[in-house]
Amino acid sequence: MANKITVGHVHMSGCTGCLVSLADNYEGLFKILDDYADLVYALTLVDVRHVPEMDVALVEGSVCIQDETAVEEIRETRKKAKVVVALGGCASYGNITRFCRGGQWNQPQHESYLPIGDLIDVDVVLPGCPPGAQAIRNTCVMAYLLLRGTDEQKALAAAYLTPLMNLAKRGTEACGCDLMIDVINQGLCMGCGTCAASCPVRAISMAYGKPAIDRDMCIKCGACYAQCPRSFFNFDVINEFESITELIGAAMGQGGE
Amino acid sequence: MVLGNYKKAVAARSTDSGILSASQDGGIVTQLFAFALDEGIIDGAIVAGPGAEPWLPEPVVATTRAELLAARGTRYTISPNMALIKEATRSYGLDKVGIVGTPCQIQGLRKAQLYPLGMRDVPDKIALAIGIFCMENFPYQGLETMVEDHCNVKMESAVKMDIGKGKFSVYTERGALAQIPLKLTHKYEQPGCHVCLDYVSNLADVSTGSVGSPDGWSTVFVRTKVGDGVWAKALAAGCFETKPIEEVKPGLDLVTKLATEKITKNQKTVEARASFGLKADGSAKALRNPYL
Repeated sequence: MANKITVGHVHMSGCTGCLVSLADNYEGLFKILDDYADLVYALTLVDVRHVPEMDVALVEGSVCIQDETAVEEIRETRKKAKVVVALGGCASYGNITRFCRGGQWNQPQHESYLPIGDLIDVDVVLPGCPPGAQAIRNTCVMAYLLLRGTDEQKALAAAYLTPLMNLAKRGTEACGCDLMIDVINQGLCMGCGTCAASCPVRAISMAYGKPAIDRDMCIKCGACYAQCPRSFFNFDVINEFESITELIGAAMGQGGE
Repeated sequence: MVLGNYKKAVAARSTDSGILSASQDGGIVTQLFAFALDEGIIDGAIVAGPGAEPWLPEPVVATTRAELLAARGTRYTISPNMALIKEATRSYGLDKVGIVGTPCQIQGLRKAQLYPLGMRDVPDKIALAIGIFCMENFPYQGLETMVEDHCNVKMESAVKMDIGKGKFSVYTERGALAQIPLKLTHKYEQPGCHVCLDYVSNLADVSTGSVGSPDGWSTVFVRTKVGDGVWAKALAAGCFETKPIEEVKPGLDLVTKLATEKITKNQKTVEARASFGLKADGSAKALRNPYL
C-alpha cells in the first residue's frame, strides 16, 4: 500500500520491553507494517542512524539529562515527528528510572532521568510497563485512521485518542497513589478491582472492596490509574466497544462472523 | 436509552432445580456459566465466591460446576471481580474467560478491552460477560451494620438477603425474616456508586436482575452478538424457561422507571460536583469528573 503512514521507534533510557510488546502482536505486527505503517526508524530493527522525518514517533524510555545524545535525539524527535507518543511508563512518567540516583556502571554520572514530557511536548501517552500489545496495536490502527481514514474514521480515531491526549496533559508524574488521590479521595472508587489486575508488579491488592497499594512495590508506570474506569470513561467510544473491536479485528485481517 | 442496546428482553429462570435451590432469583448467571463451561464456550468464569467472613465475597476463577454453585446468590457488598481478569488468563491459563460483574465492573472490562494498557493479552480472551442490575453497593462494614444493628441478625445466621419492593430483607436459618425500609440503608451506600450512570449493565453480553419479573424469575437482556449466540444455544439446550417480557408483571416499565431514577439522580450528583467548592474570585471549584 502506498498510502502508509511513517512510524519510528525512538529508544531513550528504557529496557526495550515496550518494543517487545509491539512485537508481541506477532502476525499483527506484520499486518501493521504491510498495510498501515512503514517503520522508518528503530535502532533495534532498522538500519537508520539518524532520526528522520516521520508521522508518528513512538518514544520508549525516559531521557537522561546528563546524556547529551539523548537530549539531542528527543529534541530532534519533536522537530521531525508530527505526533509524539510516549510509549510506556518510562517515557510517560519516568517509571522505574525515577528511582535512579546515579553511581551505576558504566556511566555513574548518569543520575537524572526525566519523562519525555518534561523536555518536549507529548501528544499521546500509553502508560504501563509495558503497555499491552493490544493497546499499542489499537493506537497504531487509530493513528492510521486519524491520518488516512475517511471523515467518519477520523472522528472515531480522534475520539479514541482524546483520553490518551488528555492523560498527556495531566502531567508527567504517576504512582499507585493516584488511586488514592484522584479516585478514592475524589469519592469515585467503586471497588471494581481493575487497578489490581493492571498492576505489572502486583503492588495492588483489594481489601474490603478498595485498592490497598504497596507503595514500596510501585514502580510508577501509571497503568493502574490509566486503566481505572473512573480515571476516564468516554461513553462515546466505549459504548461502541463491539463495533470498534470488530473494526480493529477487520483492520488486522481477522475474519469476522 | 437508559436500558442500553439490546437484541431481546425476556423473563427467564433456570430449568435446573439444583441451581434454583440457592439462586437469588432465576439462577441466570449460574445456569448460563454452567452451560458455557459444559459447551467449552468458556474455560472458566470469574464469580463472587465465598470469602473469609460471612457474606464477604471473594472473587474466584470457577472452573467447575461445584465452584459456580458455591458462588450463587447476591451478597450486597463489593466483590472486585475485575481484579482477577488478567490472572485468569495467566496463572489459571484460561483462553476463554467468563466474568460476571456489576455495571461498573463491566464498564471496567470494556475499557480494558479497548484500552488494554495494563491488560496484555486480556482483550481477545473475554468470551462471555454477564452483567447484573445494580442500584448501588455497600462496603462490607456498612452491610454488617445494616444486618446486625438495624435488622438485629447476626451475619452468620443470615441465609439470604434481598432488596425489593422498597425493603432490605434478611432471612435467617431458623426461618425469621427481618426487614427495614430501604431508606434506612442509603447512608451506608458506597459513595463511588453515586456517580454511576448505568443500572442494567448496558455493556454486558447478557445482563440480568430480578426487577421487572415475578418472584423466582429474572429479567434478561441479550445485548451483543456474543450474548445472542450463547443465549440461543442455552435456550436450544433447554437450560431456561422463558416468558415474553411483555406478558409478565411488572415488566420493563418498572426497569425503565428505576433506571431513569438512578441515572437522573446520579447525573445530578455528577453535575453538583462541578461546583462543589469555591475559588477566591467566587467562581466554582470542581471535584474531578470521570466522564470528561
